[in-house]
Amino acid sequence: MILSLKLAYRNLIGAGLRTWLSVIVLSMSYVVIIWMQGFLEGWNQQARRDTIEQEIGGGQYWHAHYDPYDSLTLKESHAPAPAVLQSENTAPILIAQATIYPQGRMQSVVLKGIDPAQSVLALLTSALAKKGAYLPVLLGERAAKSANLRVGDQVTVRWRDAHGTYDAREAQVVHIMDTDVPTVDAGTFWVPLEDLRSMLQMPREATLLVVDETFNDPPSLTGWVFRDQTFLLEDFTSMMKMERVSSAIMYTILLALALLAIFDTQVLSIFRRRREIGTLIALGMTRGGVIRLFTIEGALHGVLAVGVAALYGVPLLIWQAHVGLSMPEVVDNYGMAIASTIYPAYSVRLVVGTVLLVMAAVTLISYLPTRRIARLNPTDAIRGKLS
Amino acid sequence: MDKQIIVQTKRLTKHFPVGGGQFTALRDINLTFSKGEFTGVVGPSGSGKTTLLNIIGSLDAPSEGSVTVLGKPVEALTHKQAADLRCRHLGFIFQTYNLLPVYTVYENVEFPLLLLDLSAKEREEAVLQAVESVGLMPKLKSRPAQLSGGECQRVAIARAMVKKPAIVLADEPTANLDAENSHHILQTMEKLNTKFQTTFIFSTHDDKVIQYLRRKITLEDGEVAEDQEAGIRDQEEEG
Repeated sequence: MILSLKLAYRNLIGAGLRTWLSVIVLSMSYVVIIWMQGFLEGWNQQARRDTIEQEIGGGQYWHAHYDPYDSLTLKESHAPAPAVLQSENTAPILIAQATIYPQGRMQSVVLKGIDPAQSVLALLTSALAKKGAYLPVLLGERAAKSANLRVGDQVTVRWRDAHGTYDAREAQVVHIMDTDVPTVDAGTFWVPLEDLRSMLQMPREATLLVVDETFNDPPSLTGWVFRDQTFLLEDFTSMMKMERVSSAIMYTILLALALLAIFDTQVLSIFRRRREIGTLIALGMTRGGVIRLFTIEGALHGVLAVGVAALYGVPLLIWQAHVGLSMPEVVDNYGMAIASTIYPAYSVRLVVGTVLLVMAAVTLISYLPTRRIARLNPTDAIRGKLS
Repeated sequence: MDKQIIVQTKRLTKHFPVGGGQFTALRDINLTFSKGEFTGVVGPSGSGKTTLLNIIGSLDAPSEGSVTVLGKPVEALTHKQAADLRCRHLGFIFQTYNLLPVYTVYENVEFPLLLLDLSAKEREEAVLQAVESVGLMPKLKSRPAQLSGGECQRVAIARAMVKKPAIVLADEPTANLDAENSHHILQTMEKLNTKFQTTFIFSTHDDKVIQYLRRKITLEDGEVAEDQEAGIRDQEEEG
């Protein structure tokens, strides 16, 4: 084996440019696969962190009738917040539909009442503590853009209370927050919880309660259903799975191109070097030894490619992880948590896994054409003839 | 004193499939080769010279009959046993040199020793000795593409001789060389034959080679037409 390695290395280095072309293509596979997976992992981590911090906390108690995908359920899904959850570890949220009239236009929004003093969610709700004649409103950038509102702008809000009576009030935008989580932003007006309870005539009521991450062993409460992080992140998890599949298709294509280059090199090599193969056999190498030599030679492309990839890939990937990748504005409308800059995250598992995957593929693809050597007639091969 | 027989063929016949039928390259060949011989198998193209050398070199197997090389029946050897026989006891010299193109002269000559698993020191000593014996020390680090045809063939001789094999099989070794280089090569081989008692078996139809042979076996249409045991060059020179 050591002899084969030594000879294969000599042959590879001796082959010069031909080797380095294959190695460079293969090294790009390593770098692109690691970069793409690192990008997805960075996005995954960032989006999960932001969603947990700004929307779902350590889990949520939902009113039994609450369905976030059916706004008609909002009318039925409210009840007094359970006394057992009245602590600083929970943030009750009351949700209602409303209509706003910015610059004479009419637009539907969702009012979300939240305690300005809450510390469960990383939202700047303290801005809602402002007292005045107007109902203070906290908006995300998407909602502000959609309603064409800026900080200080006033807008009429109309809603129906618990008894079905319409009412209206002037609201003032107190702060516009920059958030990556579209569900706390798009079409959502955050208002002080007590103001909303009073407007809807739903004292002490909530639609859902967010608990913080220190909250353990959620008790079972009648009329409320506990949704854990896994459930609340289910959509995102499925979306990430889909993203991983589509990125896997892309890097499979890239890897296939690189492997095709190796396969092609091997086939060509065996054809072009049949005289050499015959000579090796004449000099006393077994056919198995020649097959092993050519397989190792092919596989060594993968090893050299690791070195080359490390040479330019490591600084490139570190730089990318440092500066991140700016996302275009259009992704704001994707309906999923995407930061304006995504910082790729590379793990040891990702790097080692990619190297092993590519090495295994290269070794297999290097071996396949060498089986032809076993059928080669050495007396023909020595004279460079095909048999 | 009886000479030690190292190759013996008995009723050796070799057929090759051609189209729907078969072509008989060798027919009923009965020959013996002894240690230290400097023998040529001569004859026109297609007479079966190379086939005979390939079978003696265990690169091919007889269709009928038997061939014994250093006590081993070639027809019964497995691929691995045949490889071992070639690795330890046989050296090959080819018409087209067949040097490994990406290796230097040193590495080409060293190659058979790598297969024998010798230590680096043993390899170095043997390689330098072999390269010295063919007068190529200044070209030690050159690659085959940087050498002339004569130099390439001298490297091939060094490679064949470096492990001090019992038999060297040389298939048309001078076919690609000019007269001066041919004589140089043959003198080198003759010297090595005398020094190490290595048996040289040539396949050739080159008169320059024939005049160096001490035994000439003439093949015609796959059969032995003549087996001349005399020192041909000496006889001619004496004549």
